[in-house]
Amino acid sequence: MKKTAPREAIKELSMLKQKEMIASNYEKLTSAPQTGARVVSTYVPGNLNELIMCFDMLNNLPEINAIQNGMRKKSGGMILEAEKRGHSEDVCTYVKSDIGYMAKGAIAPNGKPLPSPDLLLLSYTGCFTFMKWFELLRDEYGCETVMLQVPYEGDGKVSKNMRDYVVKQLKQEVIPALERVSGVKFDIDRLRENLARSAKAEDDFVWIMQSAKNTPSPIDAYFGGVYYIGPIFTAFRGTEDAIDYYKLLRGEIEQRIALGKGPITPEGDLGEEKYRLVVEGPPNWTSFRDFWKMFYDEGAVVVASTYTKVGGVYDYDGFRHDPSRPLESLAEYCLGCYTNRNLPERVKMIETYMDEYNADGFLTNSIKSCNSFSAGQLLMMREIEKRTGKPAAFVESDLVDPRYFSASNIKNRLESYFQMIDQKRRAGGSTRAA
Amino acid sequence: MDCFIGIDLGSTTTKAMILDENLGTLGKGITNSRSNYETATSVAKQEAVISARLTLFQRELEARGLDNIGGDVFLDRLEQSFRLEQFLEQLEDLHQTCFNYISGPRVAGMEKPISETLSETIRRIATEAAKMYEPGARRKSDFFRDIAGSRFMDIGEKLCKQAKLPFDILLNIYDKSIIEVENRPPSGDLQRKFEAALDRVAPVMLPVAARLEEIRQALLAALGIVINEVYVVGTGYGRVTLPFPKEHIRSEILCHGLGAHMMYPGTRTVLDIGGQDTKGIQIDDAGIVENFQMNDRCAAGCGRYLGYIADEMNMGVHELGPLALKAKKKVRINSTCTVFAGAELRDRLALGEERSDILGGLHRAIVLRAMSIISRSGGISNEFTFTGGVANNLSAVRELKKLVVENYGDMTINIDPNSIYTGALGAAAFARRSANGEN
Repeated sequence: MKKTAPREAIKELSMLKQKEMIASNYEKLTSAPQTGARVVSTYVPGNLNELIMCFDMLNNLPEINAIQNGMRKKSGGMILEAEKRGHSEDVCTYVKSDIGYMAKGAIAPNGKPLPSPDLLLLSYTGCFTFMKWFELLRDEYGCETVMLQVPYEGDGKVSKNMRDYVVKQLKQEVIPALERVSGVKFDIDRLRENLARSAKAEDDFVWIMQSAKNTPSPIDAYFGGVYYIGPIFTAFRGTEDAIDYYKLLRGEIEQRIALGKGPITPEGDLGEEKYRLVVEGPPNWTSFRDFWKMFYDEGAVVVASTYTKVGGVYDYDGFRHDPSRPLESLAEYCLGCYTNRNLPERVKMIETYMDEYNADGFLTNSIKSCNSFSAGQLLMMREIEKRTGKPAAFVESDLVDPRYFSASNIKNRLESYFQMIDQKRRAGGSTRAA
Repeated sequence: MDCFIGIDLGSTTTKAMILDENLGTLGKGITNSRSNYETATSVAKQEAVISARLTLFQRELEARGLDNIGGDVFLDRLEQSFRLEQFLEQLEDLHQTCFNYISGPRVAGMEKPISETLSETIRRIATEAAKMYEPGARRKSDFFRDIAGSRFMDIGEKLCKQAKLPFDILLNIYDKSIIEVENRPPSGDLQRKFEAALDRVAPVMLPVAARLEEIRQALLAALGIVINEVYVVGTGYGRVTLPFPKEHIRSEILCHGLGAHMMYPGTRTVLDIGGQDTKGIQIDDAGIVENFQMNDRCAAGCGRYLGYIADEMNMGVHELGPLALKAKKKVRINSTCTVFAGAELRDRLALGEERSDILGGLHRAIVLRAMSIISRSGGISNEFTFTGGVANNLSAVRELKKLVVENYGDMTINIDPNSIYTGALGAAAFARRSANGEN
């Protein structure tokens, strides 16, 4: 692979913008004791950021803290701390990282401690562990907890009943709890304004993710994708900042397309695009760069990934937050999150991606400690192979436990897989020419 | 003569395969990987060259109508005799290297008796060696380190005791030397060794002695053929450490798939149990990999597991299978964790279970793990080929056959006596393809 830039990571304007946004959110969170701002802890999938903002509350996301700590190589020690406190080896490592994080004083990346939450808001979208996690947090903080029960899309679709059930809970449980804790009265027009901003950013976000349909793809929809989902999946959906970020990013990508450039990597622009992949499952965070390098060194680009749909599916069935149906659209958003969809629906989604993004293969990164993602993955892989005739492969790692990333083993499998794609391609098994 | 070489760098052994332009096997060689892949590669390659020379010699004999003289027995004896020459050469290297280490404060004042004991130890190993390389003789291992090491321990210790010398001094000298010797590929003077071997074999084989000069000419002609290495492909665990450009490296999954296809073209599923990994591979009718699964994160249930058990039982790894075949009772071992298996083994022995029964259970445990990998890769629906070092273990094979029938019904199961070379064979075939500008 030809590298056109030196080894230092290249920062584009959008990256700097996102960095500032994250830093300012951590600053707001850590200064909450001084400003008196109220903090709600909630999870990425099904998060109700637009609603939370209506109550001037700040949004703290424990799994984002775990990811931050994983990428900063701090999660290993935190996990050991959690194990010391009696959490077993097989437990979700986001949870253990968070438990250890709290035990070590919950120091945010800015070096200041995160405040205790005033409210735990669980929007339950397919991950049972989230519920157990909040039980632990409730025990730790003793604060008010509210749970939004989002029905599982067992039949692959959302019925009116399901939506009404979520809306009813929003009205009767969630909004009253937010009002009680914040002391702010709910204003539906404020929610509409937030939702309108969300939809605007979502349009650009979808355009960005779909830019990977170009050949060469100007983005990596997994390793780059996890950065692109940052604002829309977290505390920024519904803000002007998110709109600005995606506009900026879209401009940068438009330019890449015009110049025929591939994705940006930590070592500069990717050279020749050799393999286009669709990836299922979250990435490994503790060795994120090493993992990514195994792909870009071989000219492999991820053109679509399911992980970038965990905090909301916007492309597949065109969902947008809708200010004209505020609570209903929040309900639909929660119902449609990737892990809340059944296996046949996930398979269909992946098959669509394989097809629309002209992928050469399908790869699963299976996370040992994440059952909500991993259950059924091998079956899904078989089905995708059968339907598309494209080669598939399976690698295994973990979210934030550094002990479960065996670099040589994963590299071996990936190299074998890329060679397998080559071999199949030469034998006429793939649509792309060698 | 143009030839194509495949090298499979396994965690335990390194294998080399030389093919001619018609993809016919010219030679194959194997050596222990010794944590030094560069040396292992050059030794395995040299072993394959020796084997190729024997093939060429056989072809020369055929061409000259001399192949009926002595036949296979002659070639076998010649090879054994050649191996003996090679062993003696390395033993002498060990001798000289050890000499260089007889110095320093620990040996002060004892230089003479230590040198004498060392020389006597080497002399006795050399005397014994002739027997080890007689026709029909069985050696525990073909690797110099294993043979020389175990004899050095026995003989050296005895002689030190007699001479009232501390054995650990001699052992220390040996330990330092063997690493050097092992990492020094044997000298390349094949002609001298082959001629010496021929001269040793001829007096005991009258028909050979009668036409010795003609046979010698055929040998010299075979040795004179220029072997032109057109392309080398490396594969296996240590492939990234090879000083090869990237185009000369192939994944072992692809190589095993293609190698198994070349041995048995009807194969659709390949199981390879190597030292550190177990692979389930699905291939199509051209040997192209369709799918694969490997053991994840830990090497439980791989070849090294058996090595560990052998160490725990103070046995040679090749002795495990035959003992396990004597099992009369099914002992269930659940853990495939290598370290736990050691604990389980001791526990069972303490409970009074028979060694053979426990070993039977351990063999079943690894095969069960392999079956899970096969099923994850897509199961067995057609001809099935078992490769890798563990395929030489009859007890593992027996368990595998049973479990294949239980899970998939009657299937053709191929196990080639040379299955350990499957990866190297595939690599050599890739070398041939690459040289032709194909895949």
